[in-house]
Amino acid sequence: MNLVYINSANGLSKAALETVTYAKKLGADVAVVTNANASAETLTALGNYGASTILQDTAINGQDPSQLVKLVAAAAEKVGASTIIFSHDLIGKAVAPRLSVRLKAGLVAGAVALPEPDGSIRVNVFSGKAFGYVRVNSNTRIISLLPNSIQPEQIGGNCSVEAFDGQAGSSNIVVKATKKPEGAIPLPEAELVVSAGRGLKGPENWGVVEDLATALGAATACSRPVADIGWRPHHEHVGQTGVAIRPNLYIAAGISGAIQHLAGVNGSKVIVVINTDAEAPFFKAADYGIVGDAFEVLPRFTEAVKRFKATQH
Amino acid sequence: MNILVCISKAPDTTSKIAFTNGNTQFDENGVQYIVNPYDEWYALVRALELKEAQGGNVTIITVGGAADDAVIRKALAIGADDAVRIDASATDAYFTAMQIAAYAEGKGFDLILTGKETIDYNGSQVGGMLAEALNLPYIAIATKLDVAGSTISCEREIVGGVQEVEVQAPAVVSCAKGMAEQRIPNMRGIMAARTKPLTVVAPVALDALTTYSSYSLPAAKSSVKLIDPNNLDELVALLHNEAKVI
Repeated sequence: MNLVYINSANGLSKAALETVTYAKKLGADVAVVTNANASAETLTALGNYGASTILQDTAINGQDPSQLVKLVAAAAEKVGASTIIFSHDLIGKAVAPRLSVRLKAGLVAGAVALPEPDGSIRVNVFSGKAFGYVRVNSNTRIISLLPNSIQPEQIGGNCSVEAFDGQAGSSNIVVKATKKPEGAIPLPEAELVVSAGRGLKGPENWGVVEDLATALGAATACSRPVADIGWRPHHEHVGQTGVAIRPNLYIAAGISGAIQHLAGVNGSKVIVVINTDAEAPFFKAADYGIVGDAFEVLPRFTEAVKRFKATQH
Repeated sequence: MNILVCISKAPDTTSKIAFTNGNTQFDENGVQYIVNPYDEWYALVRALELKEAQGGNVTIITVGGAADDAVIRKALAIGADDAVRIDASATDAYFTAMQIAAYAEGKGFDLILTGKETIDYNGSQVGGMLAEALNLPYIAIATKLDVAGSTISCEREIVGGVQEVEVQAPAVVSCAKGMAEQRIPNMRGIMAARTKPLTVVAPVALDALTTYSSYSLPAAKSSVKLIDPNNLDELVALLHNEAKVI
């Protein structure tokens, strides 16, 4: 049995669908364990992606990894899980390592693909500059799956939801405040990202970036200097010290492409670079390049996207 | 407050990444090692700031061979009081975390800090593993850290936002950008680091849970296709028909 932990506090995220799809493709029956108050109707949609059973513990809020580790360990024992899967998101990064110690089960952190024929699993290493193939030496294995590594796949199917008491105890972590920007697409989950850097010259000029993002249905991001001088919020900063992302399409305007920035985006499937400087290092990492002024190119790009979208309906 | 800061060596960001021995080993030839930036800039510097404000002691710990003493001295030069090196090759995150846990157990550390990940293996694992092994609360990927008495307050990243949380010491916190600013060691610090205590500890016997069976490099990127800045319709068509991303 493969067991997937998902956080269903805000309904089913794309990460949840990806992890269930991944578990199904590993080839055994899939059980899901979750901690939030999501309705049975919401959760049973996971049947469509391959889950057969869902264990739901509504007693814990999911803020304390030491509770979640107990919940997942209890569920693993109940279903006899040989593989346990998390998303390699902020919850997975906190809980999966704890579970590895608790179960003495090897953890493949940040898997980007299904196992190779020899059973090893590919992960990004050296900040995306190379791949490593991790072999697990224990009988039980834990895999945390990097977001956007696999497409959710609907295969049709049904599943049942069962109340489950994970005996997770009380939380040691007191939550004082939570700040979430309204309506924004979380960057690590975004399939399309429009990003800009110092070439935009000031925060008042971000309209051209946002217009293109809106036309595409993309998230917005920025380079480190832009976040450091406060033009854009820190959670938009992609790169070595910010968020690492791997969208299908990354559009970078006015970003030179320093090695630290590339480390955060080199997993992107397709990169488009817009820069006035034809010698900008980013062009070496780009699939498509435009040598030109972002203030002229971005509005034209937006119009071209709108024309294209109009033909699609 | 007694703080233990876990540090790792990491190849300098500009290092050429290559592999030897049939792609089973990282090629260290010509590689310059630094203190992993997350461990140094955020975990260590914040620990020093807390010590400077409230008193206490900052110990750094690493798992590695004698060649790692150079990065240990660098961390001491920045201001840590003393250092511990567990004399073993850090084979995987589990091995590393369990060695540090075996040392830290019963030593009375109020706070154990790690960087949010290393820039070589990027696994983000050691902090959570240490917390579980020592049965302590764990705050992952914190961007702010303050201590008042025995209350540790952090701002941590959550999916799509940030959250302010509190926990009672002792606890493990993994540290990310925002927590502190890089410090450049001065000459006095570098001189003092030479005589600060560095204890070498024998490892406990245990097996790694994972092995890197091999490595590979991404396929070389084909050269960039340049698009006329006056013909964005062409770019949109390529993104749709050729790249199939929109």
